[in-house]
Amino acid sequence: MVTFTLNGQDTTFDGDPDTPLLWVIRDAERLTGTKYGCGIAQCGACTVHVDGMTRRSCITPVSTLDGSSVTTIEGLEGTEAEAVQAAWKAIDVPQCGYCQSGQIMSAVSLLQFTPNPTDEDIDGAMAGNICRCATYKRIRQAIHDAAKTLEG
Amino acid sequence: MGIETIRPTRRGFLAGTGLVVGLTLVGRQAGAALIKGVAEGAPGKQADLNAFVRVAPDGLVTVLSKHLEMGQGPYTGLTTIVAEELDADWDQMRVAAAPADDDVYKNLAFGLQGTGGSTSIANSYDQLRKAGATARAMLVAAAAKEWDVAAGEITVARGRIRHEGKNKDAGFGEFAEKAAAMDPPSDVKLKDPKDFVLIGKDRHKLDTDEKTNGKAIFTLDVMADDMLIAMVAHPDHFGATVKGFDDGEARRIKGVVDVKQVPQGIAVYAENTFAALKARAALKIDWDLSKAETRSSQRIYDDYRAEMKAKGLEAANNGDADAALSAEGITTMDTEIVFPFLAHAPMEPLDAVLMMADDGSIDCYNGSQFPGQDKAAIAEICGVDPAKVRINVQLAGGSFGRRAQFGSPYMREAAAVFKASGMKRPVKHMWTREDDIRGGFYRPIYVHSIKGAIDKDGNVTAWDHTIVGQSIMKKDDLDETTVEGTADMPYKIPNLRVVAHQPSLGVPVLWWRSVGHTHTAFAVETFLDRLLERAKKDPVEGRLALLQDSPRHVGVLKKVAEIANWGSQVPDGRQRGVAVHKSFDTYVAEIAEVSIGDQGLPKVHKVWCAVDCGVAVNPNIIHAQMEGGIGYGLGAILFDAIDLGEGGGVVQSNFNDYRSLRISEMPEVEVAIVQSNEAPTGVGEPGVPPIGPAVANAWRRLTGQPVQKLPLASGLVA
Repeated sequence: MVTFTLNGQDTTFDGDPDTPLLWVIRDAERLTGTKYGCGIAQCGACTVHVDGMTRRSCITPVSTLDGSSVTTIEGLEGTEAEAVQAAWKAIDVPQCGYCQSGQIMSAVSLLQFTPNPTDEDIDGAMAGNICRCATYKRIRQAIHDAAKTLEG
Repeated sequence: MGIETIRPTRRGFLAGTGLVVGLTLVGRQAGAALIKGVAEGAPGKQADLNAFVRVAPDGLVTVLSKHLEMGQGPYTGLTTIVAEELDADWDQMRVAAAPADDDVYKNLAFGLQGTGGSTSIANSYDQLRKAGATARAMLVAAAAKEWDVAAGEITVARGRIRHEGKNKDAGFGEFAEKAAAMDPPSDVKLKDPKDFVLIGKDRHKLDTDEKTNGKAIFTLDVMADDMLIAMVAHPDHFGATVKGFDDGEARRIKGVVDVKQVPQGIAVYAENTFAALKARAALKIDWDLSKAETRSSQRIYDDYRAEMKAKGLEAANNGDADAALSAEGITTMDTEIVFPFLAHAPMEPLDAVLMMADDGSIDCYNGSQFPGQDKAAIAEICGVDPAKVRINVQLAGGSFGRRAQFGSPYMREAAAVFKASGMKRPVKHMWTREDDIRGGFYRPIYVHSIKGAIDKDGNVTAWDHTIVGQSIMKKDDLDETTVEGTADMPYKIPNLRVVAHQPSLGVPVLWWRSVGHTHTAFAVETFLDRLLERAKKDPVEGRLALLQDSPRHVGVLKKVAEIANWGSQVPDGRQRGVAVHKSFDTYVAEIAEVSIGDQGLPKVHKVWCAVDCGVAVNPNIIHAQMEGGIGYGLGAILFDAIDLGEGGGVVQSNFNDYRSLRISEMPEVEVAIVQSNEAPTGVGEPGVPPIGPAVANAWRRLTGQPVQKLPLASGLVA
């Protein structure tokens, strides 16, 4: 039995303790904003926040999360999240959209730690998030735009 | 195609199913309650004005998209076209996927319902303008009757119907039902394009919001009560079959419900995804390789080189290439270019949810690119009448060609898995990334051989081009997709011969974003660049001189040279390369600025792009598709190959060894749209073909090395 908070709600999981967090979120909790893309922490589609840091949920056994606080795209809140999501919408970043929850989780975390990121900061923080539609130009732009609104 | 002729069918179809509202009705029909499954479009009771336009009492207008939304933007583009002729306000527009119907919703370019070939806007433009104008005329007629005025005195603008003289004003919702009961006019007048208020303007995409907050539902997100998760263990070799298997260990895993053999391999069924993954990994399977493809990629390249000596299929033969290549006083040049298999690797691997209702009918939820084909496949495999199969088209997490398969081989697997389960519980069948990378249906391997000649004045006098690769269309005679972009090259070269060889191979292949142009544009644009260099001609000027008969090629080439300030000083350590190519009737020219980056690989700093796709319905989406096409194509030419190793097994398995472009590798991109009044053409694919040759041409100027083997990384690492 593992107990953690998911988007602020107390959550318990009594299935296979090796189950990756991704499948607990999706199958047991039926929150589907967090996506499966590779299962080996190569694509970032499954990115969530665990205790305020980005984590690839596809390789994180749920057993390691006892007492942790997990946030998914559905529970995202705060000034950085609002700025990022508004910037994403303003320039229509998504194409197919499948990777975008993970992109946004990584971008919000970047701005929480680095409010005014350089292009190199963005390259570093977003390196683990693949977008096969290659919306990268707009992702970079939206992060800079969000940083500007946070400054303002 | 007249709207009126398709109307009764459409109405009949809707009456018979629960697709209008989605959630509630589908859930009630299905044996199990559907917990999640998107119902886009406006909620509530609707009036169908025709097969594409539906109006709710509150005035919200839903456009039924016959084309799959997989990121390329048809939901917004098609809705814009309807809204324009309907004189709707953009804020009242919604969109939903049309059901599977190869008659009503056929792609007018294909003859059946399907999305692909960058045809969504091109084939729908006139049809949807007419659908919008017809719906508008019916709303006006209903208002005229009610207000007892002449229809010609009524105006419609931004979603309001008005009569000045009687001081009447109404929204669409007030007349929706009455309009739906009117006879549609047999002929409607379309707007003069100069009066367009929506077409041609940047417009936000209708699907952006849901794709920014995690609410967008893809097939993988469709959930039903009591649903099983199914996966299939596939062979490592194409054509291998199951000789025997031991599922003892797999069945002992908690949550595993069943294991069954299906034609494609061994299917496991579990209560959750992790149990299915574990069970599949625990299977012990003995594969029969007697009918499998066992050649390695290396061996295939060699076999293809040998194949060139045989007689091929002639695709072009103008002038006398042999004579021109042996004329006196000429300079000749030749090259071989080798292209590997490529996987599409859409972010969402293939998946489908199938469930049977109490009446024996089947609902399928998937990102269907050929819904009619999928429907037929399910009906055949599951043994039900096609009329009792409903395809509920979901948003697709990318495709790049992968979901468009004639005969629906993927859906045949999903249906076989559902059938073998007994069809009592809903089944979600999913592929993992490994299934995707190793699952075949690749862009074929191609080997090109080209000989060219330049006369003493620097004119290109001969071009002799041989291409070897599997026929994507499985044709014995010439497959246009093998040679498109070569035999019809726009350059004025007096002696041109193009010959194709289409050997068969036990590896399933498929179109990959821009199909034949993925390799032909690379071959033509890199070899021409070398000939022009040998002739001491500027790459842009030299091309322009050979393009006198093609003003639209000239237009994009001049435009891209202008925005890149071609000929200006390039920073030290960088070079530029250019390429221009028409695909799917859209013209694109690109200039790439490149330096030598980490590990000796090309670093692409900036790409300038000019595109002529006729009328630009939504410039925002055209820009996005050029940006994305450039990134998708760049990742492939830098990093990607699917290789068959010794014995024929697939070498790669996931994004660790099938590299995707990452954000640090994405160049700056600047796009210019060439203004045009020509009929609109597609933008999903045409951004891809020029990027490879533009980068390779810059790379050759930087290093002196022509690129003759893709991906670029393979040539450097070797």
